[in-house]
Amino acid sequence: MSVLNLFRKRNSASAARDRLQILLAHEKTSGPASALLFTLREEILAAIAKHVDVDQTKVNVNMKREETYSIVEIDFEVPEPLPVSRLRVAS
Amino acid sequence: MGEVVVVTSGKGGVGKTTTTAALGAALAAAGDTVCVIDFDVGLRNLDLVLGAERRVVFDFINVIQGHAKLTQALIRDKRLENLWLLPASQTRDKDALTEEGVEYVINDLRSRFDWVICDSPAGIERGAALAMRHADLAVVVSNPEVSSVRDSDRIIGLLDAKTERAERGEGIPKYLLLTRYNAARASRGDMMAVEDVLEILSIPLLGIIPESEEVLKASNVGSPVTLSNPASRPAVAYAEAARRLRGEDLGEVVVPVHKNGLFGKLFGRNAA
Repeated sequence: MSVLNLFRKRNSASAARDRLQILLAHEKTSGPASALLFTLREEILAAIAKHVDVDQTKVNVNMKREETYSIVEIDFEVPEPLPVSRLRVAS
Repeated sequence: MGEVVVVTSGKGGVGKTTTTAALGAALAAAGDTVCVIDFDVGLRNLDLVLGAERRVVFDFINVIQGHAKLTQALIRDKRLENLWLLPASQTRDKDALTEEGVEYVINDLRSRFDWVICDSPAGIERGAALAMRHADLAVVVSNPEVSSVRDSDRIIGLLDAKTERAERGEGIPKYLLLTRYNAARASRGDMMAVEDVLEILSIPLLGIIPESEEVLKASNVGSPVTLSNPASRPAVAYAEAARRLRGEDLGEVVVPVHKNGLFGKLFGRNAA
């Protein structure tokens, strides 16, 4: 990033560049995200299922990719109240 | 039951993905529930144009292969709560898109949404054939340019032969959406006229989208043009096309005219 960038007007072209840089960096380094997420989800659910009943249809996996990290959220409903109902795994 | 729309063209780069995003957003903004599907396996881009690329977890192929539930693969738009995206797979083999899998997904979505809009890949191969297969209606996107019009003619032939509706003998309604229309060039006679394209393709006109830098700006920031700048000429044209799809009678589509030409001066319309 050069000093000139500091003075450059924030326009849609720089938004395009930033979005593509983040996207392509992830696609090149991490391969198919879904394979990892699928494994994570299955293993986390299996661990939880040892202790409580989890309805497999009420599991949601959300993802937010940033430049240097990703946030994966796995939300699921459990039949009775638990102290923790949300897992947050940073990869 | 929702309406399944295929946005197709044969030729690449004419504006299928832009159109899918813009029409989907316009229909959702009008209050309908909409799911847009990216059929371009291996070269997905609808997520990027909608600004959802960082939120893709599961995709169309994951659903077909049973690795994710359909509801888990759907991504809800951040701006319009009625708009959802089913992304294509970026890495899998396109043969993973099976006929049975596509039928299952389309039927499920048809029961949940008012509109299911299938963004076809370019070409006439498997992906394009599957995208149009279950459609109730086709939006044929074409530029006023010889190769695009020729490919659109080819696609119209496939729509009349290979879709379920065609095979059942019902015929499939097809509408032309003319994109990247440049009124200045048309006024100089340097671009095919609307009536020429209509005569060659002989399908009714859904709309004319003027060529505009707003379309590029919208894709830069990951927003359908109807949301990024609703007052812009392409956004207004897409919103009108969406109203026509919803069955509103808006009369004949008005051909944009160039403001510096004699016509523009006489009638006071703005150029693209």
